[in-house]
Amino acid sequence: MPMPDYSLIVRNASFLLDGLLLSLTLTLIGVIGGLAVGTALALVRLFTGVIGNYVIDAYVFVFRAIPLILVIFWFYFMVPLILGRPVGAWTSAIVAFTLFEAAYYSEILRAGLRSVRAGQLNAALASGMSRGQALRYVIFPQAFTAMIPIFLTQAIILFQDTSLVFVVSLHDFLTATSIIANRDGRLVEVYTFACLVYYLICLAATAGVEELKRTFAR
Amino acid sequence: MNYQWNWDLLFSEPYAGWLLAGLGWTVALSITGWFIALLLGATVGVARTSSARWVVLLSGFYVSVFRNIPLLLQMFVWFFVVPELLPAKLGLWFKRDLPNPEFWTAVLALAFYTSGRLAELFRAGLQAVPRGQRMAADATGMNPAQALRYVVMPQALRIILPPLTSEFLSIVKNSSLALTIGVLELTAQSRQIENFTFHGFEAFGAATAFYVLVAFVLNLVMVGLQRTLALPVAV
Repeated sequence: MPMPDYSLIVRNASFLLDGLLLSLTLTLIGVIGGLAVGTALALVRLFTGVIGNYVIDAYVFVFRAIPLILVIFWFYFMVPLILGRPVGAWTSAIVAFTLFEAAYYSEILRAGLRSVRAGQLNAALASGMSRGQALRYVIFPQAFTAMIPIFLTQAIILFQDTSLVFVVSLHDFLTATSIIANRDGRLVEVYTFACLVYYLICLAATAGVEELKRTFAR
Repeated sequence: MNYQWNWDLLFSEPYAGWLLAGLGWTVALSITGWFIALLLGATVGVARTSSARWVVLLSGFYVSVFRNIPLLLQMFVWFFVVPELLPAKLGLWFKRDLPNPEFWTAVLALAFYTSGRLAELFRAGLQAVPRGQRMAADATGMNPAQALRYVVMPQALRIILPPLTSEFLSIVKNSSLALTIGVLELTAQSRQIENFTFHGFEAFGAATAFYVLVAFVLNLVMVGLQRTLALPVAV
């Protein structure tokens, strides 16, 4: 084995940083998009009848049953077909991550809403609030406090999952490191460095979530 | 949208054979990885509940390493980096003489990644068993190993059965990442059929149907197991 050479990480810093930025951007889009669509799904479930329930149950079940890579492949193939023109990997990745995360977020939302005891809704209605007001002022604030740590943990998982865009050749952080590693034949140094970066980011984020949980528990 | 449907494609050669072979690899990866992960995860999970501080710290570090690095990167590390770091002879054997190196590397990556998650499950399960159980076992003259084997672990396993099933579903899904190091499992095969025929709906549909079926059956199995294994008195 040749002597380790870490200088190439410094030399390629801007390329790696662009990759990390893409990973973080995709995470942010996945969280916001997934939360928006997931909230819509949870609301449809709350306010519509049996048929709406079945459709959304099926949506959530299928998306949670299949691998994310398969979801990425599906949309990489399907989005251009539906739009009738080529759109590139970035657009289809955004669609894939948003719809995939929505399935998980809607389940978190549902569990969070259920964690608020039924007496709370009854009490709010009894005090003269409308159903909408009860949800807005009594149920949602309590549910959200319970959900926020789980949302953030899900975001950390998503950040790790964004590395799967490797399969459609988007230059996220992992793909950027793999390009440099293969081009320069420096697999050991570059992949060790990538491990360290992911490890530290996720460890710090997890510690932040734990701290938040402690604050809420007080 | 202009699309020519052709479901017969899935039942014609060579595509039917590809799908079946892919299915075989997915099952082999998941089951082999699962048993190794279960063994490692239970061991590390028990270590997490140890009374020795250094054992707790060490096993905690194990869990944090395998949980905080993306599985895809772990797969690359097992495939590209680990053979270089091993002693020369062993590394060479890994790269040259090991039959099916991609498969076994993927199994290792899946097993270690999953074991980190299982360890936390086992820890939670062990800690959820009331302390009186361990004390009672102690009082009847069992040594700590016997108490774990006959009293605490059987109860902990019942507690963690539901999340354990969803972890198995996760390893089935995660086995798709093996395609990045060249294992032609189910997702890879469906992608290959799409590339050859442009019939993505049929190809990905077949793979989707299989994964959904696994999830469905696992749900049923879990409910059945829970009923069969339930203790006469609630713990």
